[in-house]
Amino acid sequence: MTTTTNSHETMDLERLGAAWRIAAAPLARRIVVCAGTGCVANGALAVHAALKQALETAGIHVVLDLRAEEAGAACPAAGRPGVRLSGSGCHGFCQMGPLVTVLPEHILYTRVKPADAAEIVDTTLVRGGLVERLLYRDDAATAPCHGPGDIPFYSRQARTVLAGCGELDPEDIREYIAGGGYHAAYKVLTTMTPEAVCAEMLASGLRGRGGGGFPTGRKWELTRKQPGARKIIICNGDEGDPGAFMDRSVMEGNPHRVLEGMLIAARAIGAGEGVVYVRAEYPLAVKRVRQAVIDATALGILGPRALGTDIPFVVEVMEGAGAFVCGEETALIASIEGKRGMPTPKPPFPAESGLWGCPTVINNVETLATVPLVLAGGAAAFRTLGTAGSPGTKTFALTGHVRNTGLIEVPFGTTLRHIVFAVGGGVTDSSGAADPAGFKAVQIGGPSGGCLTPAHLDLPLDFDSLKTVGAMIGSGGLVVMNRQTCMVNVAHFFMQFTQNESCGKCVPCREGTKQLLAMLDDIIEGRADAGVLDRLEKLARVVQLSSLCGLGKTAPNPVLSTLRHFRQEYEEHVLHKHCATGQCKALRKPEILAAKCVGCTACVRKCPVAAIHGERKQAHRIDPALCIRCGACVTACKFNAITGV
Amino acid sequence: MQNTVTSKPAVPVLTLNGRSVELGGERNLLELIRKAGIDLPTFCYHSELSVYGACRLCLVEIEGRGIQASCAVTPEAGLKVRTDTADLREIRRTNIELLLASHHQGCTTCGKSAACRLLELARRLGVDTVRFTARRPPAPLDLTSPALVRDPNKCVLCGDCVRFCHEIQGIGAIDFAHRGSAAAVVPAFNRGLGEVECVHCGQCARVCPTGAIMPRSEEEPVWKALQDPGKTVVAQIAPAVRVALGETLGLAPGEDTTGRLSAAMRRLGFAKVYDTAFTADLTVIEEAEEYLRRRAAGFAGPMFTSCCPAWVRYSELAASDLLPRLSSCRSPQQMFGALARDLLPKQLGVAPENLVVVSIMPCTAKKYEAGRAEFAHNGRRDLDAVLTTQELAHMIQGAGVRFSELVPEPLDMPFACTSGAGLLFGASGGVSEAVLRYAAAKLSGGAAPAANYGAADGTAARREVTVTVNEIRLRLGMVYGLREAQEILKEVRAGTCEYDLIEVMACPGGCVGGAGQPVPAGPETTARRACGLRHAAAAAPLHGAQDNPFITKLYQEHLGEPGGPRAHKLLHTKYQTRRRLGKSDGLPLIHGQDVGRVKVSVCLGTSCHLRGSQKVLRGLAKALEERGLAERVELTGAFCHERCDRGPAVTVNGQVFDHCTAELALAQVEAALAVATGA
Amino acid sequence: MSAAATIKGSRQFDAACAILDRFGRNPTRLIPILQALQEEYRYLPGELLAYVATALGVPPARVYGVATFYAHFTLAPRGKYVIRLCDGTACHVKNSIPILEALRQRLGLTAERKTTPDLLFTVETVSCLGACGLAPVVVINDQVHGQVTPEHAVALVEEIIAREKPAAA
Repeated sequence: MTTTTNSHETMDLERLGAAWRIAAAPLARRIVVCAGTGCVANGALAVHAALKQALETAGIHVVLDLRAEEAGAACPAAGRPGVRLSGSGCHGFCQMGPLVTVLPEHILYTRVKPADAAEIVDTTLVRGGLVERLLYRDDAATAPCHGPGDIPFYSRQARTVLAGCGELDPEDIREYIAGGGYHAAYKVLTTMTPEAVCAEMLASGLRGRGGGGFPTGRKWELTRKQPGARKIIICNGDEGDPGAFMDRSVMEGNPHRVLEGMLIAARAIGAGEGVVYVRAEYPLAVKRVRQAVIDATALGILGPRALGTDIPFVVEVMEGAGAFVCGEETALIASIEGKRGMPTPKPPFPAESGLWGCPTVINNVETLATVPLVLAGGAAAFRTLGTAGSPGTKTFALTGHVRNTGLIEVPFGTTLRHIVFAVGGGVTDSSGAADPAGFKAVQIGGPSGGCLTPAHLDLPLDFDSLKTVGAMIGSGGLVVMNRQTCMVNVAHFFMQFTQNESCGKCVPCREGTKQLLAMLDDIIEGRADAGVLDRLEKLARVVQLSSLCGLGKTAPNPVLSTLRHFRQEYEEHVLHKHCATGQCKALRKPEILAAKCVGCTACVRKCPVAAIHGERKQAHRIDPALCIRCGACVTACKFNAITGV
Repeated sequence: MQNTVTSKPAVPVLTLNGRSVELGGERNLLELIRKAGIDLPTFCYHSELSVYGACRLCLVEIEGRGIQASCAVTPEAGLKVRTDTADLREIRRTNIELLLASHHQGCTTCGKSAACRLLELARRLGVDTVRFTARRPPAPLDLTSPALVRDPNKCVLCGDCVRFCHEIQGIGAIDFAHRGSAAAVVPAFNRGLGEVECVHCGQCARVCPTGAIMPRSEEEPVWKALQDPGKTVVAQIAPAVRVALGETLGLAPGEDTTGRLSAAMRRLGFAKVYDTAFTADLTVIEEAEEYLRRRAAGFAGPMFTSCCPAWVRYSELAASDLLPRLSSCRSPQQMFGALARDLLPKQLGVAPENLVVVSIMPCTAKKYEAGRAEFAHNGRRDLDAVLTTQELAHMIQGAGVRFSELVPEPLDMPFACTSGAGLLFGASGGVSEAVLRYAAAKLSGGAAPAANYGAADGTAARREVTVTVNEIRLRLGMVYGLREAQEILKEVRAGTCEYDLIEVMACPGGCVGGAGQPVPAGPETTARRACGLRHAAAAAPLHGAQDNPFITKLYQEHLGEPGGPRAHKLLHTKYQTRRRLGKSDGLPLIHGQDVGRVKVSVCLGTSCHLRGSQKVLRGLAKALEERGLAERVELTGAFCHERCDRGPAVTVNGQVFDHCTAELALAQVEAALAVATGA
Repeated sequence: MSAAATIKGSRQFDAACAILDRFGRNPTRLIPILQALQEEYRYLPGELLAYVATALGVPPARVYGVATFYAHFTLAPRGKYVIRLCDGTACHVKNSIPILEALRQRLGLTAERKTTPDLLFTVETVSCLGACGLAPVVVINDQVHGQVTPEHAVALVEEIIAREKPAAA
């Protein structure tokens, strides 16, 4: 194997990292406030400010920016002990936020309010104790958990891609370097040929995390072999699956990891430029990635001589404008080119003719964030996690009716049971209380995916196993649904989504999803005839087979999958006009229980459509034909006599 | 030789429905399949346009690749392709059904039903029921264009019109808007076609597979006039009409139907049927004389023809700087209109108000042209109505006239005598050929032999021909499609264009490919029509315009000298720049509240923009603010004062000032304020 | 009307020109240009889009097509407070729709009529803000509110109304 020779002096990442470590050394303690979207929404910035104030009040030297410390390192007064206070990206445990971590002990305080700051400073930083009431408890009976090490939500995961998210300051490139960041890219740029990089990726078996699971190495190799001097790498951060936020967390929590992955990919295919396309709904991710590009360019990691080599690589950040279909490769390219995000037929594939007509690789955020791991440790090490066909780990956004919602990372091949019950802490009912027997289904892969049922709880999740049961990993949204959830309603929700997000170009997707939605409307409104399920299934199949792009081809999946596993529920809706969960409003059968009704007429007076009749002090009756199921009577009734509304 | 065993050179083949098919360099699998005799249905594939891949009808199953749109697949040797699997049939039928479900289903009353691709495919694929119900909310008809009617309820969103307007005409007057089930093809800001930069070429209607865009019918007023005993209805027939009309009446494209056409029209009640080719001869003389005069006066660089109304409108909208290069000659249609009004009442003994003049044109833009203000006098248009070839065919059918059985009748004199050159006007290059024939005769003093210069022979979108007569070299450029014309405009602007005269036609192949001609028609049909015209021209006894005795007589008796004052009045016109978007409120900048405030608007249209109107607007706003005059003015950025050749234009209380700067504008505003204060 | 309001259009136009310049008047940068313009004007007036088309040298229909394709662009004026309700899967299964219904009912809005006549509120849904851990989520301007109930959402609106219209309250 030949190596790239370099006449120039390449960048000394070791020196940069060492400088940061020296600056950080006197600061024995560090407080990390989670500054991900979830925690910020819950008031993390106020907590950060309160902690700063409390530390200063306690007379503790607070360091907010290590670069200032570095600059002062030359003068003798510098390096005095103190506490570093920084923000981090998303931990994934958003529902417990704002989260505050104290290092080096790894104490994790949850649901921290600004008012708690003084106590944290006094108890933990000054006296070395624990603020017990802010610690996480798995349930009221057990002892409080000290930190991620003994919180099941964290301890039962395998965090590699997300490793940095949670402690690392995403806005400090030096900290990333000090932790070994950009070293893999450096190795690739200075010692490996493009062929070798592609070979290593192929050997690792890494598959694209964004949907289909196409082998990343093969994608790169195809593009590398294309003629043409100008090639482009696009990082697809247009994570549009409703219920998924893995890529958001990675971009917010560890943006340099993504850039490093792009740099490696660029070397592999011979690209001199890259574009990060970030979904517009993620303003914080946009900000962090933009800052990361500025910082990396300032240090010369990106630029005409990336990492000091002869290899140029520049990166531009573009914000999406709100179109799910732009997650599709050709639509994404159209959008970057300033057009309507409408997919184009493949061939030509982006690898042949992509952005501006140049050979283009499009990888999703998580894939690119995994790339440095593969190159740093080698393909063999990467393969130690996951399954033979799907090596490595996968992040999932675990949401819905589960005790611990949030961002998780587990090796491929982990069972659904482990995720829902061990990591997720089990199923909850709609009021949020534990419901150990409540598991009904998991919707995986968002609007392109399908559902998994109790029968699949022990299925090891990977790209191939999911295909066999009519689902897909998609980008990794995992929504747990309890027995109070109507599956027809779920299918309707996703169909509404794809119908809204269809670009309108090809006939089956534009017209087909509209008709599928209309049929689902009929079913949940109680208008459907007996033939509807047959029509639904047939049309869904045509849309699947004949749509132009991935959005259309996968749009019917939620319908087909719920039909497959919950056909009986559909039939109940269609044939008996009955929804067992009561979620389908129009199918509810309002009734006044004569035994409970005292004839107080409160409901009669509240009913806006005069659907309730009855004499005073006699049991009332409700006319289901007139009733609009508004629920006003239920609220008015003091005797719980009205059901089905 | 019989003994030698020759191995055939290996022709690459693929397997189509189990049979071997040779590859012949086809651009895509669809073309190959069609060449192999299987007419795979499509809405969105046109050989003239880019591949779009949206209708999902040309799907095929390729072994190892699954279901693919054949229009987007490059043929490769060894592919195993099927076009007829159960899945594919189901998909095609379902997709048609889906389109029908949200389509306005008034097929029996739709003007397109005879040529509607959707209807045809529904029949062909045996769609006998529509299982789906969800419709889209009805949208109003767009009746703003004088040439076209847009019915969004019939649109299947194949995008053919969008791509034609953009790729071939380089205009982009219509585009997709919104998305998903709300997606629609609309002009900018959902305005009407008549309120945007549409040039009315109607090619969108020609490529539309359904009736979503159709030529605007004027059949009713014509019927009404024909049935009015007090009216005398005369008609002119454009050259391209005669070689296409037969297509809808059971004849082949290119067949010259002139005789039957005139017979049929007389049966419909037309008093006289004349030939537009006659005024084409007149146009040639006027245009050639105009060019020679300009050349003699030292006018450098090319002159453009002005026969094509879509091209004229395009120039007025987007090439105001080149308007001086546009021939001032009216089109043959409008020359006929002027002569008809001038001569026919006397000739036919009809009161002027009872003379109804109708054009039969291959073109939708002619409808627009006939309505231009300069072609009306005392409130009466020179041409009362313009019918397309399609409309005339429809009227003939409607009257029950058996066209193919008619005995040919001659056209009416004197406007029936035409040269072959005049007939060629209907094909791209024909105007150039006619001009060359006239110029050669003129420059040689009549000594040049009657040659055919071949200008109308080619089919390429851009061609040229050079002829030297008496050491004078004439170099003519010919182009069709407005995008191609824009390329020439760039060269003219850059000063690198060496043509003397440039013939521009908006439609592919010239007028024979016009949007008023029978549909559907591809490039092959257009070529056959052009061929028909060339045959007719070759058979014509007169070679060039100069040979036409009736033209000579017309000049002697009525018009005087070519290009003289009388000819100028009747046969020439003027152009003006026009705004691309209809009236708008403008972008408000300063919103003063004083009662007597001065209203100021600075043009932000393209031409003024290029001349720096943005600077004028900002400079003026700044100056007004600095002087504390903000409350006393209402300042807006407006869209086009139609003085594009004199911008930046600024309007102060209704008065327009050309070539304005911020300083000049400020002075005008201050003057207006002084008047207001004084009053 | 205040002096600032009188010349607001002038300031905005200056900003619009600066935005066009910042992107080099490059038609391929149409989307970021529209994003920046919307930031400035809070919506995209038709006249502005016509000017963008002129300045970039592209057909107005194309600018209109792009502006209507992406959900983030709005061609109608929006309220001072834009309330975005997340209707991603996680929020949906945690009952986001009743929140939407409550907000619409309180403000007299519908799926078609998204902005109150006094231009104080706009209520719209978005498909996932990526804050699924806090479901259901409501965002008012840039302020994220997690684990919202219909009552809570209406209370937030009441709070704003009380602040904006002290006299009426």
